[in-house]
Amino acid sequence: MSAEVVIEAQHLARHFGDLVAVRDVSLSVRRGEIFGVLGPNGAGKSTTIRMLCGILDPTSGGARVVGFDVRQQPEEVKRRIGYVTQRFSLYEDLTVRENMEFFAGIYGVPRRERRARIEGRLERAGLMPRQKQLAANLSGGWQRRLALACSTIHEPPLLFLDEPTAGVDPVSRREFWDQIHRISSEGTTVLVTTHYMDEAERCHRLAFIFKGEVLDVGSPSEIVARRALRIAELHVPAESRRAAELLRERSEVDEVAPFGAVLRVATLGGGDPVALCREVLAGAGIALERAEEARPTVEDAFVSMVRSEGAS
Amino acid sequence: MNRFLAIALKELRQLRRDRLTLAMMAMLPVVQLLLFGYAINSDVRHVPTVVWDQDHSAASREIVQTLEATGFYDIEGRVFGYPEIERGMRSGRARVALVVPPGYEASLAAQRPSTLQLVVDGTDPQIVASALNTVSSLVALRSAAIADARLGSAPPIRLEPTIWYNPDQRTAVFIVPGLIGVILTMTMVMLTAMAIVRERERGTLEALIVSPVRSIELMLGKILPYVAIGYVQVTLILGVGRVVFDVPFVGSVGLLYLLTFLFIAANLALGLVFSTLARTQQQAMQMSFFFLLPNILLSGFAFPFEGMPEAAQWLAQALPLTHFLRIVRGVALKGSTLSDLMPELYWLGGILCVFVGLASLRFRKKLG
Repeated sequence: MSAEVVIEAQHLARHFGDLVAVRDVSLSVRRGEIFGVLGPNGAGKSTTIRMLCGILDPTSGGARVVGFDVRQQPEEVKRRIGYVTQRFSLYEDLTVRENMEFFAGIYGVPRRERRARIEGRLERAGLMPRQKQLAANLSGGWQRRLALACSTIHEPPLLFLDEPTAGVDPVSRREFWDQIHRISSEGTTVLVTTHYMDEAERCHRLAFIFKGEVLDVGSPSEIVARRALRIAELHVPAESRRAAELLRERSEVDEVAPFGAVLRVATLGGGDPVALCREVLAGAGIALERAEEARPTVEDAFVSMVRSEGAS
Repeated sequence: MNRFLAIALKELRQLRRDRLTLAMMAMLPVVQLLLFGYAINSDVRHVPTVVWDQDHSAASREIVQTLEATGFYDIEGRVFGYPEIERGMRSGRARVALVVPPGYEASLAAQRPSTLQLVVDGTDPQIVASALNTVSSLVALRSAAIADARLGSAPPIRLEPTIWYNPDQRTAVFIVPGLIGVILTMTMVMLTAMAIVRERERGTLEALIVSPVRSIELMLGKILPYVAIGYVQVTLILGVGRVVFDVPFVGSVGLLYLLTFLFIAANLALGLVFSTLARTQQQAMQMSFFFLLPNILLSGFAFPFEGMPEAAQWLAQALPLTHFLRIVRGVALKGSTLSDLMPELYWLGGILCVFVGLASLRFRKKLG
C-alpha cells in the first residue's frame, strides 16, 4: 500500500442553522484503502461524505480529495469519484441496462468504449440476465449491486459508499462486500460508512464518529487494542439478572450484556475479567456453570467508546 | 454535449413508461379544445322572453314576431302586469320582457312617437349588452322604415359595418388559437417543475449533483423532450381546431412555430424556477396552477385586454401568454408577419431572459 493520500480533511464542520451536523472531522485516507466511517445514526457520516464529494460546502475547515480542494474545485472532484447514496438513487422506471447507459453518458465514458464497459460491469455484477428488468423490480441486494456498478462505470480512483448495505439481507451483504474488496484490490480507494460492526471489521482502517467528532482512527485491531477491553463470557444458569446487576456495580466493569444464555462482561483496566466475575458471583452465592475469556470486537470497543462519551 | 444527450434520452425513456402522463398530455389539449369549442360560447341566443302586450293590435303582434325572428329571443309566453314579469325573472322563466303600451297602434297611425319598454335581467352583463343591441337595431330599422314610408325619402346617414378576420363572429375562431397558449402554459410549466422535483423526491437528484454534469446540461437535457411535446400539442390543437371547428389559418405556419419556441422556452424556464422552490411534486403542481390562473384571467384569453384597469394591464404585460396570444391570433387569423409582431417578440424575449436568469441563479449544483 502506497502512502499517497487520497482524502485529506481538516477540521471539517457543517452547521444547518442551529444544528451542528459535523463539529470537527479530520481524516486522512490513503490510496487503495477500504476506509470505514463508523458511527450511530445522526453522527454526521452522510454530511461528512457530502462535503468530501463537493456537493455541500463546509461551514468551516476544508478538504482535499483526489488532489483537489472540495470548496474551490468541486467539479474536478466530482469527475474523479463515484458515490453511492444512502437511499437507492437510481431510476426505478429505467431498466438495469438503461441505468448503466445513463450513468456512462453523464460521466462521459467515450462512446466507443461504452458498450464493452457496460457489458463488463453487468457481467461482473451478475446482472447480465436481468439487464432488461426495471430497476424497481430488483430486490434490495440487486439494487445495491446495480448502484455500485453504475457509480464505478467511469472507473473512478475513489469511491464513496454511504451505508450501502442498509436494509439488505446478510447473504447479499457478504456478496456486496466481496465486490468492494475486489474493487479495492484493483486500486480504487473506498470510503464506506456503516453501522454494521461485522462490516467495520472488514475495513483496512476505521474512523469512529460520534456527535460530529472523530473519536478514534486506526485499523480495527488497533482501535480495539487501544480501548484495552477484556471480555468474559459467563454461563449463569439461574439468577442471571441479579448477576448482571451485581457485576455492573463494579467500577472495572464497563458493560454487561446478555446474549441468549450467555452474559458478556466487558472490563476496563486490564485485570483478568474471568477472575473478577468468579469473585463477584461467588460472593453473592450465584452458581457459575462456565466462564471463559473472549476476544474483544470492534462492536465492544465502539459501544464502550460511545458510552463513555455519552456519560462525559 | 454527450452528457446533455444522455439526460434527454433518459427523460424520454422515463416518459415513454409513464403512460398516464403521456395520455394526459395528448388528452388535455383535445378535451379542452372540445370543451371550449362547443360548450363555451359567448354568442348569446335563445334568451327566454315574455311579452306584456297591452295593445292587442296587428302592429303589436308584428313587432313581437320580428323580435322572435331574430333567433335571439324565445317567446315563452304572455304576461299581464309587472308583478308577473318579476316572478318570471326571479324564477328564471324569463330574462327579458317586452312591454307594449296601450294605444301603440293608434299612436303609430296618428304619427305620434310611441315608446316600447324592454325589461332586462341585469345579473349577466353579457346578456344585457346583447339584448339591448339586438332590440335597438331592430327598433331603429322599424322606425326608419316607417319614416321612409311617410317622407318617401331615404335616411340621410347610413352605417355599413364590415367585420374583418372573423366575419361570422364565431367564438371558436377566437378561442382555439388562444387555447394553444393556455395549454402550453399549463403543461410546460408543470411538467418541467415536476420532472426536477421528482428527482429530488426520489433521491436521484443527489446522484446527478455529484456527477460531473453541468447545470446547463442538466437544464437543457431536462427540458428538451418537453419542447418536443409542446410542439406536438400545438400541432394537435391546430389540427383538431381546423377539422372540428373549421378554424382558419391564414398566416405562415413556419413563423408561428418559430415564435412558439420563445414562448415554450419561457414557460420551461419558469418551470425550472418553480422546481428550485418546491420540495414536493404536489407543491410544484400547486405553484403551476397558481401561475395559470392570472394567465387565463389577465392575458386576454377570456376577457378583453382593453377592458382591464391600467395596473392589471401592466401585470398582464409581464405574462408570456399575453404576448403569445397576440402572436398566435395575429398569425393564424390575420396573417400577421414577423415585422407586425416585433413588439411582442421583444416582450417575449425579455421575459425569457428574466426567467432564464432566475432559473440559473436558483439552479445550483449544491445541496443545503
